[in-house]
Amino acid sequence: MRSHEPETAPPENVSPAPEPRLPALARAWDSDLAHAFRSSPVAMLSALIALTMIGAAVLAPLIAPQNPFNPAELNLMEGMTRPGQANEFTGRSFLFGSDPQGRDMLSAVLYGARVSLLVGAASVAFSAVFGVVLGLMAGYLGGRVEAIIMRIADIQLSFPAILIALLIFGVARGVIPPAQQEDATLILLILAIGLSNWAQYARTVRGSTLIEKGKEYVQAARVIRRPAFVIMLRHILPNVMGPVTVIATINLALAIIEEATLSFLGVGMPPTQPSLGTLIRVGQQFLFSGEWWILFFPALMLVLLALAINLIGDWLRDALNPRLK
Amino acid sequence: MTAPPPPGAAPVLEVRDLVFEFRTRRGVLRALDHVSFDIAKGEVLGVVGESGAGKSLTGAAIIGLIEPPGRIAGGEIRLEGARIDNLAPDAMRRIRGRRIGMIFQDPLTSLNPLFRVGDQLVETIQIHLGLDDAAARARAIALLAEVGIPAPERRIDGYPHEFSGGMRQRVVIALALAAEPDLIIADEPTTALDVSVQAQIITLLKRLCRERGTSVMLITHDMGVIAEIADRVAVMYAGRIVEIGPVGAVIRAPRHPYAAGLMGAIPSLEGGRARLLQIPGAMPRLDRIPSGCAFRPRCGQAFAPCSERVPPLMAAGSGLAACWLLDADMTAEAAR
Amino acid sequence: MLAYSLRSLAQGALVLVAVAFIAFSMFRFVGDPVVNMLGQEATLQDRRELTERLGLDAPFPVQFARFIGNAARGEFGVSYRQGRKVSDLIRERLPATLELALLSAIFATGAGILLGVYAAINRDGFLSNLVMTGSLVGVSLPTFLIGIGLIYVFAVELRWLPSFGRGETVALGWWNTGLLTDSGRKSLIMPVLTLGFFQLTLIMRLVRAEMLEVMRAEFIRFARARGVGERTIQLRHALRNTLIPVVTIAGLQLGSVIAFAIVTETVFQWPGLGALFVNAVQFADVPVMAAYLMFVAAVFVVVNLIVDLTYFALDPRLRSGARLAKGH
Repeated sequence: MRSHEPETAPPENVSPAPEPRLPALARAWDSDLAHAFRSSPVAMLSALIALTMIGAAVLAPLIAPQNPFNPAELNLMEGMTRPGQANEFTGRSFLFGSDPQGRDMLSAVLYGARVSLLVGAASVAFSAVFGVVLGLMAGYLGGRVEAIIMRIADIQLSFPAILIALLIFGVARGVIPPAQQEDATLILLILAIGLSNWAQYARTVRGSTLIEKGKEYVQAARVIRRPAFVIMLRHILPNVMGPVTVIATINLALAIIEEATLSFLGVGMPPTQPSLGTLIRVGQQFLFSGEWWILFFPALMLVLLALAINLIGDWLRDALNPRLK
Repeated sequence: MTAPPPPGAAPVLEVRDLVFEFRTRRGVLRALDHVSFDIAKGEVLGVVGESGAGKSLTGAAIIGLIEPPGRIAGGEIRLEGARIDNLAPDAMRRIRGRRIGMIFQDPLTSLNPLFRVGDQLVETIQIHLGLDDAAARARAIALLAEVGIPAPERRIDGYPHEFSGGMRQRVVIALALAAEPDLIIADEPTTALDVSVQAQIITLLKRLCRERGTSVMLITHDMGVIAEIADRVAVMYAGRIVEIGPVGAVIRAPRHPYAAGLMGAIPSLEGGRARLLQIPGAMPRLDRIPSGCAFRPRCGQAFAPCSERVPPLMAAGSGLAACWLLDADMTAEAAR
Repeated sequence: MLAYSLRSLAQGALVLVAVAFIAFSMFRFVGDPVVNMLGQEATLQDRRELTERLGLDAPFPVQFARFIGNAARGEFGVSYRQGRKVSDLIRERLPATLELALLSAIFATGAGILLGVYAAINRDGFLSNLVMTGSLVGVSLPTFLIGIGLIYVFAVELRWLPSFGRGETVALGWWNTGLLTDSGRKSLIMPVLTLGFFQLTLIMRLVRAEMLEVMRAEFIRFARARGVGERTIQLRHALRNTLIPVVTIAGLQLGSVIAFAIVTETVFQWPGLGALFVNAVQFADVPVMAAYLMFVAAVFVVVNLIVDLTYFALDPRLRSGARLAKGH
């Protein structure tokens, strides 16, 4: 939609830049979606939690008490300090406690969430683009292209994403030389998680494309021989963005959990660059000796993050109400 | 045409000043506004009106199938003299099927697709009549034969999808009659059927109810069906009855302008007055019902009192109609 | 009915062949099998001999056909890492995974249907709202955290249940069962709950949604109009209609229980196929990965077949459709 241009010239003492932006902002504030948002306490609370956590994770290097992966900043004497209590040797206290190396768990959680979010967001972006493109092609081109794409999607959808991600990961392990494996892990995780989740986008986008394709404006564009990719991007894509946004939001929570699971299984991020899943894997071994905080805080962060994003996705689905199953 | 009910005979059903409301966030919507009528034993009362006029709601309120936020906010419903609108759920359940039967519009969706036709019949018979399995099955077969299902002893073990639409509506009629109710509420029983079988189903319903002396409340928007089997007809508009009377009189000489428009909208069979009257405008939504007579904004003959007071049903010919035009004082005052 | 079963059987076979192709490609193209088996120091002569013995010099379609033939007999060669026959490894670990998955499936379906029906019938009740909210939290709770939480409460703090392993098992032929000993049964409790939990929330939400949908159907209204009691309507008329769509989706979900067992087995150090697979992934042990992939695919095909047959038993419309098809 194009913003409404003011008919009269703006007065000269007012700079022209903010003029068209204000009505746009006001419109956004006044839109149905914003109304729905302001009347849902759950959505607002979830958004607040999610944004706080995402903000804290992104800004981790600035706000974390220490860089938990710089050995110079760690003091072994400060190991295994309980949360909120002063260390018996140095007197320093840690809000979330510390691990055996004297690493501040708050800092570790913030840095871990940063990795988790990075992998989650990147893999969602990857699977969304991949799935939307394939879905558009299947819906618009039809025929054999559609048959092949949708067949693969069907088969893949009947297997759990975690299994597919593990397979992709395992194959890559066999192909990449051992020396480079640790560096490649991040990219590999993003690809493996991304590739295991594209099918749902493709299926939804194909469905919407088939509907849009039959409408008059697309028929008109075809009659005047606009190239296929122009029609797909300019005319069809904007109309399928609603459902795609919903799937992407819910998938962000799923991708973060999937990454944590892979890392927990030992095939994800290495302990030198841990995600929340790696921290939980490491923390598990201290559970039996009663040092619960090493596991608890990463786990709490993971669950809160996933829950908040899930609730936003749930709300978004109801608010946009696209036909999703 | 059967004679109008003999005066003095206690009616099977009495509805008095029935008020039905929906409580919504935007306030209370009144869907039925002081609806009153009787149905005598063996009588067929047709109820006509546009969709949304409150016909189906009246039927649902009588048989007690109302869902929140809807509720009966006033008035009385009496079945053979006893009130049934305030019964406990379980007492009301025992009336449903046993004393009031119901037939819905679409036979395709009225029957549970996963149960044999016989299972559903036997279930209904056993709930109300307490017969053992063999007796209930025998009765079910007899009922199927009565509604004209060929080879009923074999078809009783068929599933609904194995029957055609018309045959399914026959099964539905058998189910409604299974416990010999005093009253059948038929809500658009032929609307979903092929034109070719509509007449058969109507004839069947009429014959079975006459044989048993069962009263019928026939809800429809099809005046042809009304003319075919009804003894009396009630015309509803925006939650009120605007005219009620013997079917011949109402069709030939409707007294309420809305009824007149509705009758004019069917080409008459004699071909004498075959002009189609068009009623301008549409029925108001429940939250926009005007003051006074609800039909006033669309009425060509509206005058001063119409916007002030709701016209009550008053004597008009051999029936009753709710229109200030029929009130001599009002018209005289307006003429001055 | 026969024709229908044959068709879904053929579809299943097609899926199996497709997955076999992926598994075979892994074998052939991920690393060099000869190097993997002999190590970097083997002589050229040794390599040539092994290449011939493994049939790696044959044309591609011939190799693929051989692979399928072997796979059908359960032969996937020797594990790169453990140096043992993959078929032996699988056979040893199969009972542990199957017992775990089957019990989880029964738990998830049974409890899921019960809770779902309850939440649908008492739609606005306090308990159903609690259950529904709980299920949403459950979806955000990763499986491994549920397992860890259970271990912390019941093994570390309360010391009621063992935290890892299968406990004592009894050998019935080649099948090692944990169901016949006390410690075996105790060891099953937490893994079964952990593995079943996710499916449980899923089935519960599905049953509730479907049942609420069915309760709006016209035939339910008609049943009420016939005087059928509310309980009978819910448990006789509505439940059966609810279960038809639930069977399909729940069936497919239960097939994936096998694969989800990967995580649960790791948490509880359960000596099953999932743990074997995770190890194989870490070390790119292709024969084990390929065998596991084929195993999961086979389970899916079998589950699909069972779902189809259940469908027939539940829905008379399909039965007569099949009768018609056979008549022609």
